[in-house]
Amino acid sequence: MSRPQPKLVKTDKAGELPLDRALLVQMHELMVKSRVLEERLIQMYKQGHGYFWIGGPGEEAFNVPLGMLVKKGRGPAYDFLHFHYRQSATLMAMGEDTVGALRQMKNTASDPYSGGRNFAGHFSKSAWNIVPVSSPIEVQYAMAPGTALAQKRHGGDAITIVTGGDAGTAEGDFASCLVWSTRPGNELPVLMVVTHNTWGISTASDTQQANRDISERGRAFGMKTKRINGNDPVESYLELQEAMAYVRKERKPFLLQADVSRLYGHSSASGANFVNAEVDCLAAFEQRLEGAGVLSRAEMDEVRKRWTEHVAAEARQVVQEPPPDGESVWNHVFWEKA
Amino acid sequence: MANMAQAIRMALHYAEENLGVTDVFGEDTGAPLGGVFTCTQGLKTAWNSPLDERGIIGCAMGLAFAGQRPVAEIQFVDYIFNTVDLLKLAGNTCWSSNGDWHLPMVVRSPAGSGIRGSIYHSHSFDSWATRLAGWKIVMPSNPLDAYGLLLAACKEENPVLYLEPKALLRIKGEERIPGEPADDKQLSKMIDAPLGDRSQWKPQWPALEAYVVPIGKGKTVREGDALTVVSWGRLLPICVKAADQLKEVGLSVEVIDLRSLWPYDWELVKGSIQKTRRVLFVNEDTEVTNFGEHLARRTTDELFYELWAPPRVLAGKHLPGIGLADPLEMASVPQLKDVLEAMRHAASLQP
Repeated sequence: MSRPQPKLVKTDKAGELPLDRALLVQMHELMVKSRVLEERLIQMYKQGHGYFWIGGPGEEAFNVPLGMLVKKGRGPAYDFLHFHYRQSATLMAMGEDTVGALRQMKNTASDPYSGGRNFAGHFSKSAWNIVPVSSPIEVQYAMAPGTALAQKRHGGDAITIVTGGDAGTAEGDFASCLVWSTRPGNELPVLMVVTHNTWGISTASDTQQANRDISERGRAFGMKTKRINGNDPVESYLELQEAMAYVRKERKPFLLQADVSRLYGHSSASGANFVNAEVDCLAAFEQRLEGAGVLSRAEMDEVRKRWTEHVAAEARQVVQEPPPDGESVWNHVFWEKA
Repeated sequence: MANMAQAIRMALHYAEENLGVTDVFGEDTGAPLGGVFTCTQGLKTAWNSPLDERGIIGCAMGLAFAGQRPVAEIQFVDYIFNTVDLLKLAGNTCWSSNGDWHLPMVVRSPAGSGIRGSIYHSHSFDSWATRLAGWKIVMPSNPLDAYGLLLAACKEENPVLYLEPKALLRIKGEERIPGEPADDKQLSKMIDAPLGDRSQWKPQWPALEAYVVPIGKGKTVREGDALTVVSWGRLLPICVKAADQLKEVGLSVEVIDLRSLWPYDWELVKGSIQKTRRVLFVNEDTEVTNFGEHLARRTTDELFYELWAPPRVLAGKHLPGIGLADPLEMASVPQLKDVLEAMRHAASLQP
């Protein structure tokens, strides 16, 4: 089996980071918050406080800028988000508290995303147009044109953002999104994102798909496309800004491939242990921030300590919370008007 | 009287104008064809989609997520099978999000045999559909119910699968749809697209009125006391015909049109069985794990000591397909003679 090559992040010298210091500091804090959350979720799983873990540690450098740039709200005037299960950092960057993810891991009645019904990382939040994340791979790409059509009809600059991994692009739903987003005269404001981690569970992508640059598939449909280094939060922020501005203004789709790492394997099913062979985007970013004089090592350690204590305290509380009552299985089979 | 295709078209027009339906779409649903069975001709929100069933269901879900009210069409229900996981997702969206989201969407699809449609234009989906928890499932057997059930579906806040018995789409009704003109030819002139160039054609819709058949309500279409027969869709009129023939020879059969498969009108069915003490469930889907079997099981569970005979099920043969040649189709799904025989047999059983 071929091994993925580590993706390099260039180290800038002081003064070369092309974003405001406040933004860099905010981005770092959100990446730490997300990483600490995911590592706590893994720990909870290993301690028996959850049946299964799946998440996105290693994708923070892309997912945090994505969340920072979302136009957040309910209804077609705001961005619609069709996520897969590696998107915790995007929610954290949108301002979500960490405790909800802990509750979903522990499948408590208080789990705000599914009431103890779904796996970790399977978010849902109608107040922010986050449609329910589901386990089937790639189905979100089939739904994205529908919300985008409603947004185009509504007017304004809201867009639909759909994310998925590289392995799932083999599913037909990815092709459906390409076709439905580019119907001549009916192009749709969809930002199609592929986070390419070079793996599908245990199978290396270069043994299954000849096309190394999945973004190229968009060109056959006349789409604007780009492949970026998703391990670099600065590049991700700037490229996302540009891609989103295009989709918001032109009301046409954009296919963006972000090359990322997968730092704890596919899920708890593959052990959820740290992988040394891949770039750790957070460590690489911290190295750059320190080199550029944006943050000191001690300041960054303090950020991590603060979030670690915050999430640990929440976890201690969450493991005491009750599971849903068995009789509640009959709730919400159908939606009833209030 | 309008036929079922015209009734569906008029219901969709009413729903566009009055119930907030925003999109009637699917393969060949928009102009110029207006649907392979003409059900969507002349509708202002009808549009043609790519030839992609998964895209159709996915788009309907997305539209519903964003507050639109879509009515999607799968051209033949035989082609809905590759969307099953999306149907499952649509059905569990409200439940899996613990009530955070819901999907007001309708999926229409012609189902069943009777047009010599061969292996991929004859299949039923009734029983498969009833396994999709979170969906409401309806199937009319006449134009007035087709109109009333579609209005109910378009008012729903949950996903509704609206199965159209394709062999009945051209059959005229016996009851007038409220607002339908008295003259059939006049109705046709008003709402049927002309042959040939249709580019300048626009329908003249009659002043239609609301008529809703509540989802979950069946209807007793023949009263009797010797046997209860429960059916829906295409085989319902065949059961009625059989009951009328048997009445002439002194056998009194009560026929119930279930109309909604989920939720279904158990109170109506139960009351009838308690009166007749015998029941036969008739439909054309394949017989193994058939929805009629569920009804028979429930009958046994709840009414065993009131029955004078075991509950019976007459359904399609458990075959991989329905063959094109006439004798093959006739041998695969229940025909009038099979229904008559099953009714006589069920009525003859003694404790």
